[in-house]
Amino acid sequence: MHRPEPAGKMATMAAEVAGQGDTKMAEAASGKQEAEAKQEQGRFSLTSLALIAIILVMFFVSYFTKTEVSGLQIHPMKQFVVKPLFGGKEFSFYTPTIVTLWMGLAILAVVGLLVLGTRGRAIVPNRVQSVAELLYGFVYKMVEDVSGKDGVKYFPHVMTLFIFILAANFLGLIPYSYTTTSQLAVTATMALLVFFGVTLLGLYKHGFGFLKIFWVSQAPLALRPVLAIIEVISYFVRPVSHSIRLMGNMMAGHAVIKVFAGFAGVMGLGAVAPILAITAVFALETLVAFIQAYVFAILTCVYLRDALHPGH
Amino acid sequence: MAENTKAGEEAVKAAEAAAEAGMPQLDFSTWPNQIFWLLITLVVIYFVLSRLALPRIASVLAERQDTITNDLAAAEELKQKAVEAEEAYQKALADARAEASRIVAEAKAEIQADLDAATAKADAEIAAKAAESEKAIAEIRASAMEAVKEVARDTAKEIVAALGGKADARSVTAAVNARLKELGS
Repeated sequence: MHRPEPAGKMATMAAEVAGQGDTKMAEAASGKQEAEAKQEQGRFSLTSLALIAIILVMFFVSYFTKTEVSGLQIHPMKQFVVKPLFGGKEFSFYTPTIVTLWMGLAILAVVGLLVLGTRGRAIVPNRVQSVAELLYGFVYKMVEDVSGKDGVKYFPHVMTLFIFILAANFLGLIPYSYTTTSQLAVTATMALLVFFGVTLLGLYKHGFGFLKIFWVSQAPLALRPVLAIIEVISYFVRPVSHSIRLMGNMMAGHAVIKVFAGFAGVMGLGAVAPILAITAVFALETLVAFIQAYVFAILTCVYLRDALHPGH
Repeated sequence: MAENTKAGEEAVKAAEAAAEAGMPQLDFSTWPNQIFWLLITLVVIYFVLSRLALPRIASVLAERQDTITNDLAAAEELKQKAVEAEEAYQKALADARAEASRIVAEAKAEIQADLDAATAKADAEIAAKAAESEKAIAEIRASAMEAVKEVARDTAKEIVAALGGKADARSVTAAVNARLKELGS
């Protein structure tokens, strides 16, 4: 209703800000001829002026667009909705969705990093190749240390899980992207794959001897049946904790960022505080993205060790 | 009745909206789709890794390890060579020093011999010259003695004559000789 007027105002404001910037720039230009120190000062004030201008513009944009949005509307969970990629509401199991898109991008990222990045096969690696080698060495050493020498056979499986989660987590940090690892369906499937894979492997390798995993031989004999019950329960709870840990971490971080972003949208000049908070949470989420991939992989290695060496 | 159904429909809609506002992850209608695409993704990544990426990285790492080992061995060899070269150099240096000192000693001995010979020759010459000079001096002394005797005799004769005596040539000579002998001794 009142849009044209505020828009005009905004334009004049922007022009004013731009004009100020011009004069400041001219000052800075004249200062350049005089002395180095003044030039430095000019650049400094130019940067701060640009920052102030951006904040002012954001303030006015938020001030004038606020009238359109009625009050505080934050939908932190909306970002996790699975939508078909090409419109429509109903979809079957093979319809490409936003999840498909970001899983495909994760594949591309993995191929880019581990295949294209290493195609030079350089003795002295470039940056991408050394990152690929670091990841390889990191996971390989983890499998070897945690699962033992005979666990190295399953290194590609662990690496697949680790690299997929890592790629999905980091891709999810890109603004407007979609975090596939924040979906319980995804993490639960992976956790169940690990659970059944490891259990079947243990049964195949040791037969009924695999049940020794529930029988704590170091404990006093009287305690062993009690411990066995606890062990059985904890064994079957593994996929639950394994999947919900990853999904919960990813979901929580993104939801928190979204909530802060919602605050920033309605706080006008005070938006600086939530923006700073977003910056901090984003830094934390970058750490969490790696740590959760690491935790998922190392737990897989631990379960693998239990399957390969069931005795306590 | 109609109003009732309408209200019911609205309630259902509200419930659906609430479910959507809750956790979309728990919307199980999307699960088969996600699981299907996840399995495809994992299989693709597994094959890419196990067929392409991991063997390649492993071979690159092994190759690098080999290169490093070879380079270390080569470095060790070169170091050994350097040590040998250093030893050879030190030996050559010591040999050269010994040779030099030998040459110096030889030269010194030669020079000493020459010097001794020259000294001896010079000594001999000096001795000859000295003998000659002594002889000349003796001659001069003898002739001087004769002159003194003559002068003394003449003077004694004159003195004796002046005193009125008659000087016997022989006794005067004897007296002068005795006197001179006294002085000479």
